[in-house]
Amino acid sequence: MEKFTLIINGKKQQVEVEPDMPLLWVLRDILSLKGTKYGCGQALCGACTVLLDDEAIRSCTFPVSEVGSQKITTVEGLSKDANHPIQKAWVEHVVPQCGYCQTGQIMNAAALLKRNPKPSEAEIESAMAGNLCRCGTYNRIKEAILTASKSY
Amino acid sequence: MIPKLPFLKSKDPEDKSKVFIPSRRDFLKISSLATGGFLLGVNFQCSGPKGNTITFAPNVYLSIDSDNLVTIIAHRSEMGTGIRTSLPMIVADELGADWTKVKIVQAEGDEEKYGDQNTDGSYSVRMFYEPMRRAGATARHMLLAAAAQKWGVDVSECRAEDGQVIHSGGKKIKFGDLVEIVRELEMPNADNITLKDFSSYKLIGKDVAIYDNLDIAIGKATFGADIDLPNMQVAIVKRSPVIGAKVISYNDAKALAIPGVNRVVKIEGSGIPPGLDKPLEGVAVIADNTWAAMKGRDALEIEWDLGPNQNYSSEKQLQEMLQSTSGNGKVRRERGNFNSARQQAGQVIEKTYLAPFYAHATMEPPTAMADYKGDGTCEIWAPTQHPQWARQAVAEALGIDYQNVKMNVTLLGGGFGRKSKPDFVVEAALLSKAAKSPVRVQWTREDDLHHDFYHAQSAQRIRAVLDKNGNLSGWNHHTVFPAIGATGNSDELHPSDGELGLGCIDFPYEVPHIRIETHESKAHTRIGWLRSVSNIHHSFAVNCMLDEVAEIKGVDPVDFLLGMLAEDKNLTFEGELKGDFGNYGEPLDKFPWNTRRLRGVIEKVAKEANWKQAIASGKSVGFAVQKSFLTYVACIVEVEKGNNGQILIPEVHYAVDCGIGVNTDRIRSQFEGGAQFAASLVLTSAITFENGKVQQNNFDGYELIRMPQAPKKTHIHLVESMEKPTGVGEPPVPPFIPAMCNAIYKLTGKRIYRLPYNG
Ligand code: FES
Ligand code: FES
Repeated sequence: MEKFTLIINGKKQQVEVEPDMPLLWVLRDILSLKGTKYGCGQALCGACTVLLDDEAIRSCTFPVSEVGSQKITTVEGLSKDANHPIQKAWVEHVVPQCGYCQTGQIMNAAALLKRNPKPSEAEIESAMAGNLCRCGTYNRIKEAILTASKSY
Repeated sequence: MIPKLPFLKSKDPEDKSKVFIPSRRDFLKISSLATGGFLLGVNFQCSGPKGNTITFAPNVYLSIDSDNLVTIIAHRSEMGTGIRTSLPMIVADELGADWTKVKIVQAEGDEEKYGDQNTDGSYSVRMFYEPMRRAGATARHMLLAAAAQKWGVDVSECRAEDGQVIHSGGKKIKFGDLVEIVRELEMPNADNITLKDFSSYKLIGKDVAIYDNLDIAIGKATFGADIDLPNMQVAIVKRSPVIGAKVISYNDAKALAIPGVNRVVKIEGSGIPPGLDKPLEGVAVIADNTWAAMKGRDALEIEWDLGPNQNYSSEKQLQEMLQSTSGNGKVRRERGNFNSARQQAGQVIEKTYLAPFYAHATMEPPTAMADYKGDGTCEIWAPTQHPQWARQAVAEALGIDYQNVKMNVTLLGGGFGRKSKPDFVVEAALLSKAAKSPVRVQWTREDDLHHDFYHAQSAQRIRAVLDKNGNLSGWNHHTVFPAIGATGNSDELHPSDGELGLGCIDFPYEVPHIRIETHESKAHTRIGWLRSVSNIHHSFAVNCMLDEVAEIKGVDPVDFLLGMLAEDKNLTFEGELKGDFGNYGEPLDKFPWNTRRLRGVIEKVAKEANWKQAIASGKSVGFAVQKSFLTYVACIVEVEKGNNGQILIPEVHYAVDCGIGVNTDRIRSQFEGGAQFAASLVLTSAITFENGKVQQNNFDGYELIRMPQAPKKTHIHLVESMEKPTGVGEPPVPPFIPAMCNAIYKLTGKRIYRLPYNG
């Protein structure tokens, strides 16, 4: 076990865990931040997406020991009062079906708009290709991202 | 317990009346049966946070507090269809509640109290539209009576709207302020309850956002895996790699040496047949956290007796199944005399169709939390589609009465039929008992793909006979696939009547000679039901064949099918079936098989998608129609080639007749999602077995379509109808599959006889 100081959603948090523990399990099991989901454990589905500084990463394959001083943002810290443009657009388009993949989709979309505030449909499709949705909400995800991009 | 196959057997209509009992005496009786229920009877008083809140609860689905809180129970499981919104909004609309302030509470598993909770077979709205309206309307009647009494006016001068009763003279009173009076009123006689006119509904028939919309977007929605309890542990299980395999011995020393691992427990499996509600044989690693449990499992050393399925190859079996279809099978439907039609044929077209095993691959893999307490009671939190079955299976496994099992239902991160089976819930219960602490069992994605209850692989052969005039005079459909029933009874070698009623024996067209036959096949894995069940492979074969026959005849496939519907009628298949026609559990007089409605969706989709122009302009479009789960659906899919040769789906059109559309936004979302779900079945997904083991491990082996390959635009054209509402969870899938295959044929010139296309 090793001690790590993580900056999560703007707050410093100390954890004592195995250094190879993926960030996903640190968030879910140790810090009880349940918004980040497990879907595959192999960086194949995107359910576990969080932001490392401004970049979307798959937390299921990202060992806690590699986080260092980079800031982690999870869905719980994406906005105060659910007012991130992506979240607002998600609600407006009623994107979710079961909802399980959605926090990963939202975090991935937030990272996309940060680096590319006016993505084309094709750019959205390729940027979101790593995020699976078994319920099939891809149409609305795309529409919501286009809506959100208007406020960038 | 006998496995329940909801869509395969008739439902007892008595079941439905039990759920709504409009008499106070009966309500109190029902209410006292409830274990740990949260709705109190009309004469009870409960303390709310603000002191003495009193409650009016005219039935188990609804309560109104004196502080104006309207609470509606969602008693069916939310797995993405929106049912947790769509049923409560029916109650709210009839009541006249302020929907924005309604609180929805998920019911625990308790069918004695709530009625049928088995969320499966696309029948939630079909079964509960009427009872939910009555639940709301009864309360409205009573509130109006209470207000009239208070004001000394005639009840006919009062109406309920936005959470208050309004008098024609302008006086208003909030529901909560009537609770004290209304509690003392007699329940009205059911015959005196009038339901609102459809045109006056504010929610039913409209787009209503799901209740959990915001919670999901901010990460606050609670799924099965999100339950935390003090002192809980996490279990990861190594399960038998081959169905029927038994643990000979295991060494847990290395696993126990991993920090955080606390205990290793063997789970006794059911063997062969595996059963629908039993866990598989396995060894569980119980740890402080998921990561430790995963590493612990990897460190287990297990010696298996792999048993009789260790040489099983799904490809070999599929070829044998295909072979068998060339011989005579067991006849399941017979009209006219197919053989004589064949002898007088102008032409016989014979094609075979193969479809693979499919896994559900819900984005949330199975998981359940159990807290077995020393006193012989057990509390569960599970993403289950069938809480009562889970409750009974847990009770049986623990050897306790099911009344001592409290079954809390979380949100489900997808279901599609997988989470009907309680095997994973039973695992959690057994492990909690062994660990003497709350345990949440977590399936990895690999576990999910390796140990599913799969959609059965299938082989079909269809012979279509054209007579000397080129008319379709004979239809001979052979189908073979391991039956769902075989999962519980190895002697079941033929598909059941219920499975055949899903797109096979209900072939609706006017063909004078029909013979439908089945052949034997064994199950070497667990067979279950996946979104639309055997409609998946039946619709694929039947509709691809009809498209090919139309082409050979030189006619448009839409015109061809319309012509074969002849004049409008209700089909009964009487005198032709060798077994029962299930009609999805509904009597034919209540839900007739109506060819006019089938014609309606065919005509509508062709018109809305500009079918004729699309064909004329050389677009690669395919068409198919399939009624399933009592909903009529026609579909047109357009495909094109992407830059690197991959199949893209620019446009999909659906025409849908599901009777009254309750929540139109959720109807659309089911079709948008259904198209994408079905596109995976066509293009990318397949489960195969070698040496008894599943060969796909994760989403790199069992592929699902991703956003670039998903249908880009899906248009849903609803038929305006006042027919009884029917479900939409499953019906999007069956017609999409052949419509897409027929479109790919236009694009590539190659017919698809085997799914998946990319496989
Ligand atoms: S859980 Fe991390 S990508 Fe699937
Ligand atoms: S909404 Fe269910 S998996 Fe995406």
